Amino acid sequence: MGGTDATGQTGPVHLRPFGPHALLAEVADASEALALATWARTVGIAAADVVPAARTVLLDGLTHEAADDVRARLAHWSPTTAATEAGPGHVVEVPVVYDGADLAFVADQWGTDVEGVVARHTGTAFTSAFCGFAPGFAYLTGLPEELAVPRLDTPRAAVPTGAVALAGPWCGVYPTASPGGWRLLGRTDAVLWDADRDRPALLAPGTRVRFVRA
Amino acid sequence: MSLRVLASGALTTVQDLGRPGLAHLGVPRAGALDPPAAALANRLVGNAPDAAVLEVTLGGLVVTTDAGVWVAVTGASCPVDVDGAPRGHARPAWLAAGSRLSLGAASSGVRSYLAVGGGIAVTPVLGSRATDTLAWVGPPRVEPGTRLPVGPVVGPPAPHDTPRPPRPGGLRVHPGPRVDWFAPHALTTLCGSTYEVGSASNRIGLRLEGPPLERVRHDELPSEGMVLGAVQVPPDGRPVVFLADHPPTGGYPVLAVVEEADLWQCAQLRPGEGVRFTRA
Repeated sequence: MGGTDATGQTGPVHLRPFGPHALLAEVADASEALALATWARTVGIAAADVVPAARTVLLDGLTHEAADDVRARLAHWSPTTAATEAGPGHVVEVPVVYDGADLAFVADQWGTDVEGVVARHTGTAFTSAFCGFAPGFAYLTGLPEELAVPRLDTPRAAVPTGAVALAGPWCGVYPTASPGGWRLLGRTDAVLWDADRDRPALLAPGTRVRFVRA
Repeated sequence: MSLRVLASGALTTVQDLGRPGLAHLGVPRAGALDPPAAALANRLVGNAPDAAVLEVTLGGLVVTTDAGVWVAVTGASCPVDVDGAPRGHARPAWLAAGSRLSLGAASSGVRSYLAVGGGIAVTPVLGSRATDTLAWVGPPRVEPGTRLPVGPVVGPPAPHDTPRPPRPGGLRVHPGPRVDWFAPHALTTLCGSTYEVGSASNRIGLRLEGPPLERVRHDELPSEGMVLGAVQVPPDGRPVVFLADHPPTGGYPVLAVVEEADLWQCAQLRPGEGVRFTRA
């Protein structure tokens, strides 16, 4: 997404002021957002929070000087140079028991059978693009847009901890039991969120994820 | 030493300055909803600004102590007594071992703060002792029977302190990042009307009733990062001001952002009370 911000700056990133202490950077998609967020952390942008999302990165807690610094640096930013500077994230393997209630539905949507769904899911290299919804709930990219599946019309009242699920082109794993409208493929014993761990979120943004059959 | 909780009112939580910097993991910042009141309570008992206090909703807290300690109550006005003898609001009081401190029903405002000399010393979670009520990261809510450890005293109580400045008037707002999703007059409507505080307001957000803020774009906004004080507008047009426990990301457009220095007022507004916005 090209754009011109309030200062007339042009480039791949459109910056919108988000109150006096934050900038919202608009980019083309989640992978660009992740690249920008990773870049911001790598080069040490002086923000208290760097929050990637589906098409944006929020840089919050900026001083006036830091905001000027962001504007100047992002004028020359591109997702490709950012990826080179940051390098790949670390890889996490998540063991899954494929017994989800929506396996047959997903198989039907994908024009395959349950084995085909498992093969596709375990064969996909996912990346945690961003977290949201609950602590440690990661939105995983990797599935092509044509495999997007619709959410449930009516969310389930209770989805168990460790449920592995799909919605749209995203894959996610529920860190705790909660209501949810995603399509369930199976479950994992992996601990997605533990506030006492060095890395509280197993699938923090940038983490590469492989699902394996448990 | 420790405090023992005998009654905890509608909601009592441990709060400090919160845990910013974890929004990318889906963790709200939390922290005292009325930071100036919490800071004043800490100063009055000689604590550092980052000491943890108790945030008491509409009064009703009763605690005892197993060792003498300075205490101070600030924020929402409520009767304060020690073993039945009245004590002043916003001034240090000595709570002797075995004594009982009671906070009566708040007469105005919503959230009172109890600081104790040495601070509430529950185990920090991710660098903070604040309880987030959205995802319940942090110490559990304070219930009758809870025992709260108190840390070592770091300084003497300060018997006098500057009272907080008078209310500056309306909540000052800056235009939000999605102002272009709204009708051109939406900011004028927000700043030219009185909104009423809704009963569903909590530490997550101040929910407001009043003239709807008209949107011109009705497509779905992909979730994006949210800031403290964001005025988010759901499809019904009724604004929500995001407070300390707000979700780190949200999918409704933000029309305006409230100046952080004014947000303490949102902590003390009761359902049914009016609130006005002005351009920063």
